[in-house]
Amino acid sequence: MSGGASTQPRRLASGGAIDRSQPLEFRFDGRTYTGYAGDTLASALVANGVRLLGRSFKYHRPRGLLCAGPEEPNALVELRDGARREPNTRATVVELFGGLEAASQNRWPSLAFDVLAVNRWLGPVFAAGFYYKTFMWPAAFWERLYEPLIRRAAGLGRIATGPDPDGYEKSYAFCDLLVIGAGPAGLAAALTAGRAGLRVLLIDEDFLPGGRLNAERQLLDGRPAREWAAAAVAELGSLPSVRLMRRTTVVGCYDHGVYGALERVHDHRPAPPPFEPRQRLWRIACRHCVLASGAYERPLLFGDNDLPGVMLAGAVRTYANRFAALAGRRAVVFADNDEGAVTAADLVAAGADVVALVDPRTAPGATGVERIAGVVRRAIGGQGLRGVEILAADGSVRRIACDLLAMSGGWSPALQLTAHHGGRPRWDDRLGTFLPGTLPAGMMVAGAANGDFTTEAALAAGVRAALAAAAALGHAAAPVALPSVSPESVGHRPLWEVAGTRGKCFVDFQHDVAVTDIELAEREGYRAAEHMKRYTTLGMATDQGKTASLNGLAVLAARTGRSIAATGTTTFRPPVVPVAIGALAGTHRGRDFRPLRLTAAHAWAVEQGAIFMETGPWLRAQYFPRPGEPTWLESVTREVNATRQAVGVCDVSTLGKIDLQGPDACEFLERLYVNGWRTLAVGRARYGLMLREDGMVMDDGTVSRLGEHRYLITTTTANAVAVFQHMQWCHQVLWPGLDVQFVSVSDQWAQYSVAGPRARELLRAVVAAEHDLSNEAFPYMAAGTLRLRDDTVARLFRISFSGEHAYEIAVPARAGERVVRMLMAAGAPLGVTPYGLEALGAMRIEKGHVAGNELSGQTTAHDLGFGKMLSTKKDYIGAVLARRAALTDPDRPRLVGLAPVGRGDRFGAGAHLVRRGVEPVAAADEGYVTSAAFSPTLGHWIGLGLLRRGPERHGERVVAFDPLRGRRTELEVRDPVFVDPAGERLRV
Amino acid sequence: MRIPCPHCGLRGHEEFAYLGDATLRRPDPAAPDAERAFAEYAYRRDNPAGRHRELWYHAQGCGTWLVVERDTLTHEIGRVTEAREQGGS
Repeated sequence: MSGGASTQPRRLASGGAIDRSQPLEFRFDGRTYTGYAGDTLASALVANGVRLLGRSFKYHRPRGLLCAGPEEPNALVELRDGARREPNTRATVVELFGGLEAASQNRWPSLAFDVLAVNRWLGPVFAAGFYYKTFMWPAAFWERLYEPLIRRAAGLGRIATGPDPDGYEKSYAFCDLLVIGAGPAGLAAALTAGRAGLRVLLIDEDFLPGGRLNAERQLLDGRPAREWAAAAVAELGSLPSVRLMRRTTVVGCYDHGVYGALERVHDHRPAPPPFEPRQRLWRIACRHCVLASGAYERPLLFGDNDLPGVMLAGAVRTYANRFAALAGRRAVVFADNDEGAVTAADLVAAGADVVALVDPRTAPGATGVERIAGVVRRAIGGQGLRGVEILAADGSVRRIACDLLAMSGGWSPALQLTAHHGGRPRWDDRLGTFLPGTLPAGMMVAGAANGDFTTEAALAAGVRAALAAAAALGHAAAPVALPSVSPESVGHRPLWEVAGTRGKCFVDFQHDVAVTDIELAEREGYRAAEHMKRYTTLGMATDQGKTASLNGLAVLAARTGRSIAATGTTTFRPPVVPVAIGALAGTHRGRDFRPLRLTAAHAWAVEQGAIFMETGPWLRAQYFPRPGEPTWLESVTREVNATRQAVGVCDVSTLGKIDLQGPDACEFLERLYVNGWRTLAVGRARYGLMLREDGMVMDDGTVSRLGEHRYLITTTTANAVAVFQHMQWCHQVLWPGLDVQFVSVSDQWAQYSVAGPRARELLRAVVAAEHDLSNEAFPYMAAGTLRLRDDTVARLFRISFSGEHAYEIAVPARAGERVVRMLMAAGAPLGVTPYGLEALGAMRIEKGHVAGNELSGQTTAHDLGFGKMLSTKKDYIGAVLARRAALTDPDRPRLVGLAPVGRGDRFGAGAHLVRRGVEPVAAADEGYVTSAAFSPTLGHWIGLGLLRRGPERHGERVVAFDPLRGRRTELEVRDPVFVDPAGERLRV
Repeated sequence: MRIPCPHCGLRGHEEFAYLGDATLRRPDPAAPDAERAFAEYAYRRDNPAGRHRELWYHAQGCGTWLVVERDTLTHEIGRVTEAREQGGS
């Protein structure tokens, strides 16, 4: 079949929900095939007669398709290539598109000839618990030898290593009724609720809604079931309050009617169209939910039941009826239930040769196929099924040649979502399966998910559930007239295990867990369901044991002599199917990882060539390099010198600003801050310190009194939100009786620091002439509202972080960029220089001001030299606990200034302080450097630090030990204020 | 979870900030055992299984501190009131 696509030898001439007018070429393992629109990758491979799809996890056994739906454990393939390569994709849910590239996994060098298949003969090595036993000794071998070896041998595909080129997003939906699954129960529920006008969201995993109505040859009202489903979908499309979401899987059930769902928006195309996401994660809030998620068919446990060609009977019917693809030409059907006869009949109708229907139950059937009372005890074949060995009830053994074995052990409801709140499934002896137990509030279960295994019962249950939801919501709803269903028979007597099997008998196909592994776990004492699961890893693969878990529990129950009911299930946790990390991240990647905030004058800073840095959500100018400045240090030195010698302008808009008003505003401040406010006059500002109730420093800033009952509070940039929330808490929870109102105005005001000996001259040039800025009229710590020369309203605060004669000028945010340009233009003759965060930091360290590094949440007012600020005349947040002996202990690390003894030496924040001549070990630690900067004013590095009994040790020499940077620097301990300790510059 | 805010209606829990026990009262700072009482108030918390009264802040909404009655076992939410109605410490 070289060159050109194959001819789809197993495709039926007619029938099925595929579009033969739309052939699609695709490649699997480098070979080109053709399928049709409406195919899955799995059905197209079936149609092309491809049976071998992968190698198993531990033993590298050849594997083919087991299922036709999302529960598939074997047929995991890698899709696409390059950065879009995605491993572990279930071929059964991959919608075929032209140009699809798929590759099998877990084989080397090729699927048909796999070197590591020798693992099969090493079976005992890989038995239950092998992780815990085989590779434990010697310990040093684990990382270097065992782990790489196991990963190579027992892998699950290769991930793409490049960044994902596709986009993902998150979305929200709200509805009265969420219907999960568009099979007979879901369609009936959605129709009933939709006709009553409820807002309905119907979600289906498939690209073709209808569930098993698409897969069976049943007649509804005398027409093929698929036509009834299509008509129902068409009607739902016409109902204005109903929304149908295809290709969407509900992956989790959360509190109060919240569900998570993954929509595969463009997975069925080679790549998403521009500006559209590949997948979308939904958070759905509903008032009621009808879970109509259907059921999973169980494999039967007999020898070598994993051979390619052994397939679930329901999947065989799906491939034949929905996809017109015949899984085998010569088939044996092995079932412990009445659907064996249905399967045999469907295969005959599709043109297959059904050579035997094997059923352990003795009741004879009348399907025109030879019926054998007995069991298949072994599948025979190498890379694919060649025959079966049948043990008849009379004790005789027969071998029958075949290329397909359709098996069915009955159905298990897909009840994961019912158990996400801890509800335990309950055992139903009549149906021989677990059914949903205690349900999450607002959820009802209908159809096969609730054990209604006939179409007729499922349709009726869907209607009942929707009527109940409508009634609960106060809607009048009428039952939908249901179609008549052709006769169904679902008699079942679970076989669980075939006795006397030969060969390996698999329970969990994806994790290669066999009956013998469960037996071993039981012998070694792992008798609880959860223990057995972890020891054998049954149910822990990417399929989470959808086809395996009940069979595993049945085997464990039999070995422990308990009932299945007493054995119980393991815990179900979200997500129900694997969810890509990209979908969980949504748009939060790279620069959009979190919101980015820009100040009003950002464009101006960009023009000035600023280098920006992130401070919380803000992007702030770090420094403004000029030509000829090789590193940031030259730029920062220039900015500091220019500010200290002339005047500098810095954007400080990111500070938190809170406007506080009301007759009790002063009293409120008294309770919030450690220091007093009663003496603060209108038109004046004061530094304030806030504690947490545990006595630690929370934040600092200034408070300016703008009017009799009006104050403006500033906070640090980092704590702007936290302080506002804290104030809300204090007001609403502690002191609702205080008559105050406050609002954050951080975003409303742009604010600029104007600092340096020529600051007043600069302001004089921009402030309207009528305002007196003289030292007498507007002294240090003055605050007021004024007008600029262009009539902009501004607030002026004569406060200083740099230690210079300085002001902060605040203007409405929309005027920010204009005003900063005005300041720069007016300051040009004075030598004005923009400065960034680095210069700001260097100057505040020169001045000994604390900032975020010192306000770490672990420092007290005493530690930072603010002990005298703590009022003893009033109560305030933190007052009582700040007085605790341990928080005022002079032995605590307290604020000091630090300068290198060798003036050329450099040291950095984070270095630990130890005594000279002492081994730098943790026990000798006496504190650490909190902030450090090169001081252009002093010409050497300086720092602030917290040192045990620091204020008593000025003049002493200590060692800054910095193993991270490989530095050990001798430092002199000194007063933290390096520049202008008397504060004369502030007051000129 | 979805929390019925008295001002904003039923909203997702991601809009709220959680603080904890709403039954605590700030002790009298002038009482002789104030330090012990404040230490209890600042650090000690019960961890009840069942009905609990909790403070939630509608940070992404109206900015109201709420007292939410919530069952810590089932997440069932009962009465939701404004914290200011408790009358303060």
